[in-house]
Amino acid sequence: MAKTILIADDEPNIVISLEFLLKREGYEVVVAHDGMQALERIRERRPDLAILDVMMPHRNGLEVCQDLRQDPQFKDLRIMMLTAKGRDTEVSKGLALGADVYMTKPFATRELIAKVKALIDKE
Amino acid sequence: MSSRAKLVVAVAIASTFMLAVLAAAGFVAGSGLEGQEQAVLAAVLERRLGAVLMIVFVACVFLFLMLRAAYEFLVLPPARAAEEAKAMLEEPATRLTAQGTTELQDLIAGVNRLAARHEARDVEIEARIRAANAAAEADRNRFAVLMSELAQGVIVCNMDGRVLLYNRRARALFADASGQGMAVLGLGRSIYGIFDRHLIAYALENITGRRTAHRHFVAATGAGRLLRVLVAPIPEAGEAAESGTGTDTGRGFSGYMTMIEDMTETFDSESTRDQLLQDLTESSRGPVGNLRAAAETLYDYADMSAEDHQRFLAVVRDEAEGIAGRGEAAARKYAAVLKSRWPLEEMLGSDLLTAARRRIADRCALEVSLEEVDADVWLKVDGFSLLQAMTYFAARLHSEYRIRDLRLRLTRDGAMAHMDLIWSGVFMSTETVMQWELDPMTVAGESSPLTVRDVVERNGGEVWFQRDHASYRAFFRFLLPAASSQQNSPPGAVTAAMDSRPEFYDFDLFKDDELGLAQDDRLLAQLDYTVFDTETTGLEPSEGDEIIQIGAVRIVNRRLLRHEAYEQLIDPQRSLPPQSVKIHGITADMLAGQPPIGQVLPIFRAFVADTVLVAHNAAFDMRFLELKEAATGIRFDRPVLDTFLLSAALFPNQETHRLEAIAERLGVSVMGRHTAVGDAIVTAEVFLKMMPLLAEKGIRTLGEARAASEKTYHARIKY
Repeated sequence: MAKTILIADDEPNIVISLEFLLKREGYEVVVAHDGMQALERIRERRPDLAILDVMMPHRNGLEVCQDLRQDPQFKDLRIMMLTAKGRDTEVSKGLALGADVYMTKPFATRELIAKVKALIDKE
Repeated sequence: MSSRAKLVVAVAIASTFMLAVLAAAGFVAGSGLEGQEQAVLAAVLERRLGAVLMIVFVACVFLFLMLRAAYEFLVLPPARAAEEAKAMLEEPATRLTAQGTTELQDLIAGVNRLAARHEARDVEIEARIRAANAAAEADRNRFAVLMSELAQGVIVCNMDGRVLLYNRRARALFADASGQGMAVLGLGRSIYGIFDRHLIAYALENITGRRTAHRHFVAATGAGRLLRVLVAPIPEAGEAAESGTGTDTGRGFSGYMTMIEDMTETFDSESTRDQLLQDLTESSRGPVGNLRAAAETLYDYADMSAEDHQRFLAVVRDEAEGIAGRGEAAARKYAAVLKSRWPLEEMLGSDLLTAARRRIADRCALEVSLEEVDADVWLKVDGFSLLQAMTYFAARLHSEYRIRDLRLRLTRDGAMAHMDLIWSGVFMSTETVMQWELDPMTVAGESSPLTVRDVVERNGGEVWFQRDHASYRAFFRFLLPAASSQQNSPPGAVTAAMDSRPEFYDFDLFKDDELGLAQDDRLLAQLDYTVFDTETTGLEPSEGDEIIQIGAVRIVNRRLLRHEAYEQLIDPQRSLPPQSVKIHGITADMLAGQPPIGQVLPIFRAFVADTVLVAHNAAFDMRFLELKEAATGIRFDRPVLDTFLLSAALFPNQETHRLEAIAERLGVSVMGRHTAVGDAIVTAEVFLKMMPLLAEKGIRTLGEARAASEKTYHARIKY
């Protein structure tokens, strides 16, 4: 059965690429445009992986990540953070709050796919 | 005449008058009588003579008593009241006692009422003065806290440039900058030791001319630090309130304040640029990420549908456009940052030309004519540095090519202005003249760390040398940014800036004590002193003993300035006798690597500039300094006072005038003796205690103190 991935980013121009790529890799893709929407969709659709942009309206990616990690029902959810800042301090904070992988924009699409596969296709 | 004498005279006059009446009655009774009648009368008189004399005597006594009673009742009470009134002038709480006639008593009661009213008024005035003083004191304290906590350096001067006040930050700025400790900045010192006199004069002139509240300039210190300086004049008392009336506000400044920021860090670390760069990279990451993902998808999935293909191309186009726009915006912002580094001010171009003309005439003794001046051109420039550049060019043209006929021209060219320095007849090679741009600007012995190239860069302009063969003329052209015309600035804003300044300068700081007197005629209390002491290798300067430490403190306005101390160890460049080490405790290790006396004396002389030197047993210390004069060329020709000799003048009967003994006699506690600064502080405190004692002996001026010193017996001791 196809794994489900949620993409949460407020920039449509990156969502276009991510959605296309992941669909082509055979995943089911769910899109959210801000932090609140991301949380709703995750509860609704129970994805295997959430790709969260740090800078989002309403709740930012780090807050969403923190919320999810405090809820035991999502303990199997993998989380990937995307950021445009890429400061070491911010990466440390994201990992400390429970993200599995941190990707800094601009990233190589192949690298992203490889990371996604490593996270959810282990079994 | 005393009132008692008046009584005696009155009694004498009354008695004489009564005797005269009696004599006249006797004469009238006796005249025209026959011989027999005369004999009868004589006999009668003879028999009654005793009784008559008795009556006369009683009448006299009665008269005396009457007059005395009248005297005591009518004359004495007013006299006493007058005396009491005199006493009341000294002691306002006393009152006149009621006495004498009722009329007098009324008068006394009236006087007492007046006195009571007067006294009440005095008390009230006293209270008001106390309240005002307390308020002033509170203001002063608040002000002092503000000053010391301020991140900028602050220096307040009177119009002569004497430093009246400075804060901690200013001290730190110049302690670092000069490398000479406190030699440049200190109370009572001249601010022109720090800033070029002309920079400040130029700033003040502009404030007066333009009626602005303050003015900026940039100054470079000797150590190469760049300071941004704000100059604000301080109006004389009462002037601030009137400044809105449109009178000439240029006059009536009692001094000015400078506020100093060190811009060196800003320049060196270029933190603004870093900030901008960081912003730029971070804000680009997202869009570049979008672009990259879209481009890579397009490349890797060439089999996508035409519709998808179109969507990805749109992403690429949008993001590329966005990135281009962001780069452009950053470049504009950076240019603005560059400009804001120098305090460029908008000024009327013709003002700058007039000032240049005056300055060139002043510095180079050259007449400069104005040729074509566009009176509507405003410039956004740092005027002072441009004046320096023009004067420098004029001076070199004159001294190297004998060019006397110089002209200035100002024209507008779009957003820029041309300011030309023109001459005719002589053409030199472009290389020669353009080399001038790169030399530090020097005019009549004054040099600047900047070059003309620095100046034009600072002003966001350009400069070049151009020949016009047709008219046989050549010129330097300064291309400068023009400012939009200034007519739209509301006149009220400037006045408001003047009025809204806080009023913490009700100090008594601005009194100018330059009395124009010869030094010897100036009061001891008004002079500034450097009190110093030296430690030496021994007592025989003429036999090779050397100074190993100088310590000094300053006395300004009868106040010992401990924080403006100077202390320096000196390498004597000879061995240190062990017995001297016991006295001063300075070891050879401590002296290793210290500067030799030849390097120290110029700095010490700068420290003592314009002050009277004071030392205990000054002849000894001065002898050491004098012996170095031939080798170093440094002369200490300031007047000298010796606390040893002054003590001998004050206490001629004392056996000893050692510093400890005098200190004890004057109640000065001695701590840290035999370090040069420790001894200098004790000497300074002793000298301050001596000042009032000298005044009691009629020794008030420097000349009198010097004369008294010479008279003392001990003055004959020679080292």
